[in-house]
Amino acid sequence: MSKLVFLVPLFPLIGFLANGLGRRFLSKPAVSIIGCGAILASFVVSLVLFFDVKANGGGTSTLFNFISVDNFSIPFAFQVDQLSSLFLLIITGIGFLIHLYSSAYMHEEEPQHFGRYFAYLNLFVFSMLLLVMGANYVIMFIGWEGVGLCSYLLIGFWFKNTNYNYAAKKAFVMNRIGDLGFLLAVFWLIFRLGTVSYGDVFANVSKLSTADITAVTTLLFIGAMGKSAQIPLYTWLPDAMAGPTPVSALIHAATMVTAGIYMIARSNILYTLAPATQTLVAVTGLATAVFAATIALKQNDIKKVLAYSTVSQLGYMFLGLGAGAYTGAVFHVMTHAFFKALLFLGAGSVIHAMHHEQDIRKMGGLKKYLPITHITFLLACLAIAGIPPFSGFFSKDEILVAAYAKNPLFYYIGVAGALMTAFYMFRLYTLTFLGNFRGTHEQEHHLHESPWQMTFPLIVLAVLSVLGGFVGIPELFAANAHSLEHFLEPVFAGSNAVAEHHHPEASQEWLMLAGSTAAIVIVIVLAVRLYKNYQPKEETSAGLSKALENKWYVDELYDALIVNPLNALAGFLKNVVEKSGIDGIVNGAGRLVGYGSRQLRLLQSGQVGNYILVMVLAIVVFILIWFNDATITRFFSKIF
Amino acid sequence: MPIQYYIYLCLVLFSIGIIGVLTRRNAIIVFMCVELMLNAVNLLLVAFSKMHHAAALTLNPAATTGIEGQLFVFFIMVVAAAEVSVGLAIIVMLYRNTHSVDINFLNRLKN
Repeated sequence: MSKLVFLVPLFPLIGFLANGLGRRFLSKPAVSIIGCGAILASFVVSLVLFFDVKANGGGTSTLFNFISVDNFSIPFAFQVDQLSSLFLLIITGIGFLIHLYSSAYMHEEEPQHFGRYFAYLNLFVFSMLLLVMGANYVIMFIGWEGVGLCSYLLIGFWFKNTNYNYAAKKAFVMNRIGDLGFLLAVFWLIFRLGTVSYGDVFANVSKLSTADITAVTTLLFIGAMGKSAQIPLYTWLPDAMAGPTPVSALIHAATMVTAGIYMIARSNILYTLAPATQTLVAVTGLATAVFAATIALKQNDIKKVLAYSTVSQLGYMFLGLGAGAYTGAVFHVMTHAFFKALLFLGAGSVIHAMHHEQDIRKMGGLKKYLPITHITFLLACLAIAGIPPFSGFFSKDEILVAAYAKNPLFYYIGVAGALMTAFYMFRLYTLTFLGNFRGTHEQEHHLHESPWQMTFPLIVLAVLSVLGGFVGIPELFAANAHSLEHFLEPVFAGSNAVAEHHHPEASQEWLMLAGSTAAIVIVIVLAVRLYKNYQPKEETSAGLSKALENKWYVDELYDALIVNPLNALAGFLKNVVEKSGIDGIVNGAGRLVGYGSRQLRLLQSGQVGNYILVMVLAIVVFILIWFNDATITRFFSKIF
Repeated sequence: MPIQYYIYLCLVLFSIGIIGVLTRRNAIIVFMCVELMLNAVNLLLVAFSKMHHAAALTLNPAATTGIEGQLFVFFIMVVAAAEVSVGLAIIVMLYRNTHSVDINFLNRLKN
């Protein structure tokens, strides 16, 4: 097995180099074949690894020694176990589908930019694979930074638009804030334990004090906040929608943003031993889930709705992690990857058909023009809303039940968020696909279903969204049917041994399931009825809905609290401190020398007589000085 | 003859030379004043040398101590001769260019 492991990231790396270096001479079909083929090859190897892990368990394989100082060393090692093999499948599988989709979605680009796009995308997959395959925190950090870089490059892919560049920079800076936390956590581990390998850290966790563990986990969580867009570092993700839609699907929905969940699930034993951090994670996740859901209620850009929905769903995953339901969180990562990638790709298909129109108020009635997109999008909406037996139902339910066990209040707030999720998703669905077409006549004339490269991934993802939940059937329905939990058991064994599991009574759980499902159905019906005959109105909203449309003014708040004071400080330093302070010293020194020289120059009169006079006077002065010297005095007194 | 007389004479000669150099504008006279200063020094050297040598002879009739001063005088005379030849050449060139031997014209390098 270990012989194959290095192949998984190698293929995307080769694809990146080939497309990146050959983007000027490769034709578009060649670029597509290289880009998609690299990921497909990676997927095949991942499948082999997955079944190997399933049969024989995981293992690590060391490629070379990366850093070695004194008796401290960081090997460049890959760890393929149950958790990472599952992520490998998600990344390469969905990655392949999105590459395929991109080959049609991006066909209008010039060949050079087409090649650049696929090079970035392959580099992203490579970095993401490093992130999940690394056997220690340093390799994970390399991948962590790599995906951040690719995210930046792809958000700003259309670099001629200044706003897109700002969005890219915002994403990068916000991620850097989180990365600092991650980095400090790694240093802390090195300082306390002298190792960063997962195996060694988790085995020696008893050597750490509770304060250490709490600090490390909190710092790691700060890293996760940045990467996985949690309060307060979430504002970059909605802006990241500036990138091409397949990028949003791959990076900002299915894979990169779940890196934080992967990292916490990987470090689960640390979190289980730090209950304070767990509560922090749960509360942050829950707050983000509900907060982002409220914003999504009033957004009118099809991608912005999905972006806030992603932030919200990531919040649920953190809620699961905080409640100790690591399997549930990973399960939700998986199902969310299916249905959110599907939603984004469906949105991409709509945007493609609408000639880059993203405002859902100008859509409507697309059902008959885009039949495949419509059906798959509907399935994804049902999945994310949590209608049984679609995949989202199982994973969300598992998280909410675990939240109930931690604190019933978490459960009720979480269900409120789930109801909002159902509402905004079906508002989006209804405005886009039902009712009458509200766009221009020309747009209507050009409406068409997308080519097979785009519909094929939609169909595959729709099947996964519908069926994906069946790997995690709760105990309630059938005993020992949760195959995912059994598969992941070795990874979370340490935590399960420590943590005590509360499970609500079976009758109560049935009640909770039935109640929330019924409420969700009611909300869906309400949303469809409310927006079916929507007509754009010229009215300004006020009060709460205005605050929601403006995203609770969080961006403005950050501007006022952080960005503007920083800009003012920078302006002050630039205009006052530098101009009059530093420049003043430098220019003053120059001016002083110039002035002094001008004065001294007057001594050089050019008159020979003056020079001689000065010379004679100087000699006289010297003699007078010497005159006081004892020897000289004695000499003179002798001769005179 | 006491050494003091030589010293006073040399002082007077040297001072005349300095004052001449400082006050006169004619290059040739300045030049002559320089020579005067040199010769004042020469005179002083010879006087000290003679006195020193005479003192040494009283102790040892075969002594040569103190005659180095006279050697220096020859050096100075040789150097002065060389200096005169160069200096006079410069003055000749100066006169050809400016039709004057006034040293205040020698400030053309200024600015």
